[in-house]
Amino acid sequence: MNHDQLLNPKSLPHSPEKATLEGKNKFLGLWFFLGGETVLFASLFGTFIALRNSTAGGPSSEELFGLELVFIMTVLLLTSSLTSVYAMYHMRNHDFKKMQLWLGITGLLGLSFLGLEIYEFTHYITEYGFTFRSSAFGSAFYTLVGFHGGHVTFGIAWLIVIMIRNARRGLNLYNAPKFNTFSLYWHYIDVVWVFVFTVVYLMGKVG
Amino acid sequence: MTENTNTNQLTDYHKQKNKEEMKRNVISFALMIVSTIIAFAIVASGVMDRIFAVFLLFILATVQVAFQFFYFMHMKEKGHALPAVMIIGGTWAAFLTVFGLVAAVWW
Amino acid sequence: MSIAVSESSVKAQKRSIGAVLWDYLTTVDHLKIAHLYIFGGAFFFILGGIEALIIRIQLLVPENDFVTAGFYNEVITMHGTTMIFLAAMPILLGLMNAIMPLQIGARDVAFPFLNALGVWLFILGGLLLNLSWFFGGAPDAGWTAYAPLSTTSPGHGVDYYVMGLQLAGAGTLMSGINFLVTIINMRAPGMTYMRMPLFTWTTFITSILILFAFPALTVGLFLLQFDRMFGAAFFDVALGGNTIIWQHLFWIFGHPEVYILILPVFGAFSEIFSTFSKKRIFGYTSMIFATMLIAFLGFMVWAHHMFTVGMGPIANTIFSVATMAIAVPTGIKIFNWLATMWGGSVKLNSAMMWAIGFIPSFTIGGMTGIMVATVAADYQYHDTYFVIAHFHYTIVGGTVMGIFAGLTYWWPKIFGRVLNETLGQITFWTFFIGFHMTFFIQHFLGLMGMPRRYWVFLEDQGLDTGNLISSIGAFLMAVGVIVFIINAIYVWLKGEKAANDPWDGRTLEWTTASPPEHYNWKQTPLIRGLDCLWLEKTEGNGKMIPAHPLKDIHMPNGSILPFIMSVGFFIAGLGFIYQTDNKLWYIALFGGMAISLLAMLVRSVQDDLGHYITKEELKGEAE
Ligand SMILES: [Cu+2]
Repeated sequence: MNHDQLLNPKSLPHSPEKATLEGKNKFLGLWFFLGGETVLFASLFGTFIALRNSTAGGPSSEELFGLELVFIMTVLLLTSSLTSVYAMYHMRNHDFKKMQLWLGITGLLGLSFLGLEIYEFTHYITEYGFTFRSSAFGSAFYTLVGFHGGHVTFGIAWLIVIMIRNARRGLNLYNAPKFNTFSLYWHYIDVVWVFVFTVVYLMGKVG
Repeated sequence: MTENTNTNQLTDYHKQKNKEEMKRNVISFALMIVSTIIAFAIVASGVMDRIFAVFLLFILATVQVAFQFFYFMHMKEKGHALPAVMIIGGTWAAFLTVFGLVAAVWW
Repeated sequence: MSIAVSESSVKAQKRSIGAVLWDYLTTVDHLKIAHLYIFGGAFFFILGGIEALIIRIQLLVPENDFVTAGFYNEVITMHGTTMIFLAAMPILLGLMNAIMPLQIGARDVAFPFLNALGVWLFILGGLLLNLSWFFGGAPDAGWTAYAPLSTTSPGHGVDYYVMGLQLAGAGTLMSGINFLVTIINMRAPGMTYMRMPLFTWTTFITSILILFAFPALTVGLFLLQFDRMFGAAFFDVALGGNTIIWQHLFWIFGHPEVYILILPVFGAFSEIFSTFSKKRIFGYTSMIFATMLIAFLGFMVWAHHMFTVGMGPIANTIFSVATMAIAVPTGIKIFNWLATMWGGSVKLNSAMMWAIGFIPSFTIGGMTGIMVATVAADYQYHDTYFVIAHFHYTIVGGTVMGIFAGLTYWWPKIFGRVLNETLGQITFWTFFIGFHMTFFIQHFLGLMGMPRRYWVFLEDQGLDTGNLISSIGAFLMAVGVIVFIINAIYVWLKGEKAANDPWDGRTLEWTTASPPEHYNWKQTPLIRGLDCLWLEKTEGNGKMIPAHPLKDIHMPNGSILPFIMSVGFFIAGLGFIYQTDNKLWYIALFGGMAISLLAMLVRSVQDDLGHYITKEELKGEAE
């Protein structure tokens, strides 16, 4: 397979994301990376659970968290996971324009999630004086949720770069694996969020 | 260059399969939303006993994550044996880590 | 864009130093990256060795004042940290990088770019850590950096520890993923899993351990970083923090780490025993199974480092039993090696001597491992020289001897020269005797109650002679290392170019040139069984059957971006360390990050399609 076939294929195979060795490598490499991320987040979750009642006289999770905002954030992120499934559906049907459209929606949903998270953090800081430094609970909360937020931010930046880079040249065997790995990463962010809202917010409310 | 859309390699069979796949994904999305609503409702209503509520929350989270992995990330499909092994391995290491930090920090 | 540097397949005859330097800065070739790992690792190994000698000089006589107490703390911390993270790990990664692709018939690793990024992160992380010597003192909280000692240690030493290890650790994690994908996706036709050489198998399983263990260290370091640099309260008991969290995270990483250090050399020893006994490895399948079992159990035993911390009898018992269970698969391996030699035509050259010397040394380390795993007894051993003796018997008697064995065995393949045998024997005997002199006596020093990490010991408490013997042994080990270095320089200058297969080898790496061309084989070989080269030899072919006719070879392009990214993170690391003193350092922090992110952006936007070596070019090159 030469470079021209890679970039301007006359016809695409059924799964363009796994047609080349590079594509297969990227696919497997990303999955393994997610395996490592599982331990990374587990360490953060473990730390958070160990410290979640160490409020040092500051506000506790029952006082802080409101369920409405978290529920909206959850729905936003879950929906963005579905929209990126749609994007991959169109990729497999070789419909580049629709894929870009759904990816764009995914990015917007991610951005609005991020906006709400920033609002949430500033709310805690200004209204309750609850900061990264106020207690071990504060440090653990902002670190865990912030790490997740950081992953969302990185994902959005990644998405913007590959969308703009490939906007004018359509789907090919070189960029299909990139879109595919992005979507896997994005789903994984959603997986982590499911545990964030369960462990941090819902368990925090239950006590 | 953008004329990739119509190609001879994409048969009707594949299109049909993709469509069915997408339908299953929408259904799993609906189930995920439902389990999220149940989880929030359990906490918001406050009717349930604490231990039982936490237990149920974790089951709901696990189910939801399973949908995410097996349907959205296609782990149920062929060629995903190694990803599955790695995620299960990671989950096992993750479980041990959380266990260590939660249960054994100070016995 | 001129950033992508196409590597010319035409061999340059004599190149200027600048050209060689540029070549290594931009290389993505697995063998050159292995060179960088091995040279980098050797440099830090010498540094760590000098630190070890300082320790032994200080403990030569009672109440010595060769160094101050504060400096002694820095030296012991840096000795441990350097030897584990900057010497042993990189040299092992270098061996894996050089040999594993050759053993499976691949032309390179799956992600050559990430491979280059990994090595530069290691080198710059190691340099960052060691910069601390010149700017206010090295870390002094022990290589384990237990909180709150590490969170309250004054100055910037521990900050350097955090940032240096964070960089090096990220590089290692990338290598782990890279090796896994390479082994799964890039094996030559016919190279099934059950035909892979054992070194490749142990590389595979070690990579899994890296993948699951290093993230725990990453998080631990982040927590320490946040506490020290940004006023977080993870380990601040006054604000509800808990110092034991650090110990858990560190050892959840730390125990798998000792298997990351030992499993690759188990693989190397298996190759050496088999080659120099002229026999197939005994119990190939059980070797793989035992490796997997060690890796699996290795994740469930971390708290045996914390028996005295107060976890209670139930937790202690569980971790104690799990630890002892690891002796079973390790024992299987020891007996398999012995059985491989049994009845073989054993050739006692220096590579084989290291392998034979390893067996009793490591077995003693394993036996004392069972002793320290016994909870009640461990209350006596804990934090004494008995523990020092135990882990040096496993890490020096296992990993370091394995590194020497592997380097001696694969030197012709990696550097194109066979090491001098006489000098090799001198290295082995001085190092082997020196090693046992240094550490065997330390068991008894520990049992007599000498605590670890103490700056001085008192006269006439029965510790004088033991420490003296130990220090003399350390110098003997140093002699062995120096002779090895002389050997390497000597053969480089005077030695003849090595043959492709100097040991009458059994595995695929011995079918390439020594050192291999950057594309490794003109035609990918077809694998027909375990010990595939030996199989062809016994069937009278003597060389591999090609799997396909001569065709164009696709190779990755070199790039300077991995180096730029690593430099960016290095600068950002300095920014993190010093922003607590002066807000101006935020410029370095954000500037460094910007450099790295920009390099990532360029990488993402630029099409890196690699290049082809054409059939005609391949034909033109002489066999
Ligand atoms: Cu251990």
